Amino acid sequence: MAVRVQSVTVQLDSTPVLRGVDLEVAAGEWVNVIGPNGAGKTTLLRAVLGLVHFGGSIAINGLRERRRSARARHVAYVPQTPVIPPGMLVADYVLLGRTPHRSVFAAETAGDRRIAAEVLERLDLGGFSERTVQSLSGGERQRTVLARALAQQTEVVLLDEPTTALDLGHQQDVLELVETLRRERGLTVIATLHDLTLAARYGDRVAVLSGGRIAQCGRPAEVLTVETIAEHFGAQVRVIDDPEGPVIVPTTAPTPEIPASEPAMLSTSEELS
Amino acid sequence: MVTDARAAGPTTRGGADTALQAADLRLRQLGIGAAAVAVAVVAGLTIGPVGIGAHRVVLELADALPGLAFDSGLSDAHAAIVREIRLPRVVLGLLVGATLSMSGATYQAAFRNPLADPYLLGIAAGAGLGATLAISANLGDGAGAFDPVPLAAFAGGLVAVTVSYAAGHLGGRSTASLILAGIAVASFLTACQTYVLQANSDAFRRIIAWILGRIATSGWSEPALMLPYFVITAAVVMRYRRALDVLAVGDEEAAALGVNPRRVRLVVVLAASLAAAAAVSVSGLIGFVGIIVPHTVRLAFGASNRVVLPLSVLFGGAFMVLADLVARTVLSPAELPIGVVTAFLGAPFFVLVLRTSRREVW
Repeated sequence: MAVRVQSVTVQLDSTPVLRGVDLEVAAGEWVNVIGPNGAGKTTLLRAVLGLVHFGGSIAINGLRERRRSARARHVAYVPQTPVIPPGMLVADYVLLGRTPHRSVFAAETAGDRRIAAEVLERLDLGGFSERTVQSLSGGERQRTVLARALAQQTEVVLLDEPTTALDLGHQQDVLELVETLRRERGLTVIATLHDLTLAARYGDRVAVLSGGRIAQCGRPAEVLTVETIAEHFGAQVRVIDDPEGPVIVPTTAPTPEIPASEPAMLSTSEELS
Repeated sequence: MVTDARAAGPTTRGGADTALQAADLRLRQLGIGAAAVAVAVVAGLTIGPVGIGAHRVVLELADALPGLAFDSGLSDAHAAIVREIRLPRVVLGLLVGATLSMSGATYQAAFRNPLADPYLLGIAAGAGLGATLAISANLGDGAGAFDPVPLAAFAGGLVAVTVSYAAGHLGGRSTASLILAGIAVASFLTACQTYVLQANSDAFRRIIAWILGRIATSGWSEPALMLPYFVITAAVVMRYRRALDVLAVGDEEAAALGVNPRRVRLVVVLAASLAAAAAVSVSGLIGFVGIIVPHTVRLAFGASNRVVLPLSVLFGGAFMVLADLVARTVLSPAELPIGVVTAFLGAPFFVLVLRTSRREVW
């Protein structure tokens, strides 16, 4: 198992957000974590990264590494809204990905620069290395942040809502790119996604995080049913079978009763994180 | 959108096809900074009530270097003016300007806030209160490095930073809570200072004169006092320049890259505060330098702390020497408070830089 999450609990400001999450992701597998707002998707990723205190156990490649720099050599992170440092050049930004591989006081080596250059080329960003990250478009920025994560050369990559700020074409571009890189480099991918149709189309399995637990986990066609979506998202949808996976379409059909949603207090904790 | 990467190869810094260069300090940038310092030093030694030729000053300086002997042709009296009066003052200006600029650049990077300066966590207010108490109690007149006034100012500045840091961490983990704690501490100490000031109206003029700031020396004691603090702070801050670049992506992402942002911030802020408190204790409250010099460097040379920190040292020192030159010559023999000069010359210059630079650094 590349990532093994066992009975993980997290409290934020004494509010339980994760109440015993179990999730196993095999090496080279892509799992999409879906769930309503405030379900704790980002918190789960942060726990895997070691950025929040958690109960239970999280093992990466069988190791329960709690030291930050050691963990950062195995898990890379693409946050939902990355901080874009003012005035920083794309080359320097991608080189930040090499930080866990040396002392923070040491200069990057020729090897670090070669890896960063190779990643930039691979993501078609070679011509941007002298530009500032600020000056890039949304799609280019997202690729740049992905480039930094790849420069970390980790086995596991965590993507938090990688498509949120992008138009449909760029959403596809980014997810296709992740899929290609996964095949090329044998990456293990855990992503959170709001778009259920995209979650069904990319990746191997879908895990529904609801009420602080993994409510369901399996192949998209098994998990993404009208009943499951109504129960956990409080949404009225139709699910259309498509050769590439289920297509989830919201409907305006009158609702007989509003399904019980998550407690309201949970909805803020994820935003704060 | 997709550019042919190969086409950009030759323009990549360093010209390497396979590896890219990081934003390290270039020799050319260092040369420009050193030239600015050299011009400021020679001007500071040359210009004054007694006219001394610049070439003679250069020869006299070279003669003062160990292992070199030059005849500058200066009379003993003129040589003494250069060596014993002007040189210590120029060196103190270099040290104070370099310290305030370097500390300002460090605060801005550590707090990711372009408005941060060395006085953000209450150093100015704490030092002001310390100096006000000492002057009011007639403990000294603020002259000389080992006078009680600078000692009280130094202690007050460090106490203020320590209290701000402790209070800020009690309030939460964000840099915003730290900044707010600094504002609260500064307001409290300023209120105390105003009260003491009101109660001691006879000391009013001396206290205001101290607050307005000056680069004044009595021999080498002030530069000698300042030097160790500058060296310690510069050593720490320069060592952390790459860590500060990692902090630019925010605490969360820095932590995901394996860095402990709170520890980095604690170390560099305390180091920057140490030298800033020493600078304030010998020269009073000289504002604005810690903001405009680092920002001018960013606009001219780029935003990486690997470039900004060393160049802020050089340009901050040069700027302060030139500002002091103006302060002591414009109304000679009277002196302008140097804070007036740094703001009066610095503000228009900075607006000019802001308007002409095409870089986006903040």
